[in-house]
Amino acid sequence: MKRYSAFAVAREALRNHKGWGRAWAAPEPKRHYDVIIVGAGGHGLATAYYLGRNFGITNVAVLEKGWLGGGNTGRNTTIIRSNYLQDPSAAIYEKARSLYETLSQDLNYNVMYSPRGVMMLAQTQAEVRGYRRTAHANALQGVQTEWISPARVKELVPIINIDGPRYPVLGALWQARGGTARHDAVAWGYARACSAMGMHIIQQCEVTGIRRENGRVAGVDTTRGAIACDKLGLVVAGHSGVLAEMAGFRLPIESVALQALVSEPIKPCMDVVVMANTVHGYMSQSDKGEMVIGGGADGFNNYTQRGSFHHVEETVRALVETFPMISRLKMLRQWGGIVDMTGDRSPILSKTPLEGCFINCGWGTGGFKSIPGSGWGMAELMATGESALTRAFGLERFREGRFIDESVAAGVAH
Amino acid sequence: MLILHCPNCGVDADETELAPGGQAHLKRFGPGSSDEDFHDYLFARENPRGVHFERWRHAHGCGKWFHAARDTATLEVFATYSAQTTEPPQAVLDAIAARRPGWTWRHES
Repeated sequence: MKRYSAFAVAREALRNHKGWGRAWAAPEPKRHYDVIIVGAGGHGLATAYYLGRNFGITNVAVLEKGWLGGGNTGRNTTIIRSNYLQDPSAAIYEKARSLYETLSQDLNYNVMYSPRGVMMLAQTQAEVRGYRRTAHANALQGVQTEWISPARVKELVPIINIDGPRYPVLGALWQARGGTARHDAVAWGYARACSAMGMHIIQQCEVTGIRRENGRVAGVDTTRGAIACDKLGLVVAGHSGVLAEMAGFRLPIESVALQALVSEPIKPCMDVVVMANTVHGYMSQSDKGEMVIGGGADGFNNYTQRGSFHHVEETVRALVETFPMISRLKMLRQWGGIVDMTGDRSPILSKTPLEGCFINCGWGTGGFKSIPGSGWGMAELMATGESALTRAFGLERFREGRFIDESVAAGVAH
Repeated sequence: MLILHCPNCGVDADETELAPGGQAHLKRFGPGSSDEDFHDYLFARENPRGVHFERWRHAHGCGKWFHAARDTATLEVFATYSAQTTEPPQAVLDAIAARRPGWTWRHES
């Protein structure tokens, strides 16, 4: 792997950019790997990367049925924050956020992490109480957040209307080190780093079956032939249910569509991320100038990666009251991703009833922000069978009633 | 937009009029059943990529519950039918089988 640097840019500028080479290899699958990860999205690639970096396991294949980062990694609103209420969630999301801080240097790939600050508006008294509570919880968890006044909200976001007739802004939960990152670059950066460690990233390779021997995982059948493995990690977000069925167990998960949209690009007008959970919408401005807007999820099972007009209308109508200046913006495009929702809106990072098979899913609407932390914990779980970061997120928590209830804590939009 | 025919009032209702109620035809396991059954009843869902039976309520219409058979991968609606049943009527199963050759309804109970 050639290192990217200012020197490399200068050198290639003098060579007509002929020396860059591929960022990652496209190898033929081997017959056997120590570890197979299914799903080359952010979480799958991060898991592979930390398996190699932290545990020296590099005989790893990452199988992807489509193309790298083509699922929810490419379909989110790129927001990174860790202001969660419950201790296990705060721990894993804060681990992720802190890894994002130095991810570009670690991967030698610019993921454009921009800690511009994330603001969660409180527009009802219930939200005021909820976010004040979260701020106190975060102080105990070592997550840097604070409760800020409406005047401070207006100072940080001049385009906001804080005395909207229906939902005035009563304050906000402010996480100054939250922000955004370039979503594709996160997947590409991890892929490049994995490939450099000798791992195989195999695209256009759909898993069609999971082989079992004596109650243990033995390998997978794919559209490119059977591949054996010692350990298998299923990291496929919305399609987890389909793979779980192949492995012979069911999950407490339902897949629904979550959608987002972007406006035409405009001049810089808002340099923080604003989430308004009561009215159900969140917005940030991309480096290109587009307003990136996210809304709510469908309530019914859905595997079609597209949105619906009435959700767009609902989200935009809600945001227009809080941001009157966007009322005349044209919307450029909208898209949907399939999110895997658990009952308590917290993820599952767990061993499964099938020995040697691990699953990482259920991130619901909070997948992108957690990529490095999820990969870190999942790699530890797969390598050692135990991880402090993921212990609370086991599948058995449903049976045992130890929910990590974030659906109330985070409102509706994660 | 999803449009479902409400078998109670006969209206073709838009998605915005309806409230989704999750997977249909769950068999209830209550007091006295095994932990395994109770867990599955509460949490485990089929979540298929394909034919799915679900409950809906015509919330902003007649207010009544009904069942729908739908494909989650294509959004095709096969049929809607009464909520007063514990499994899909044969006519609904036949309608799905006609559209999805080889498909069979499997129920875990």
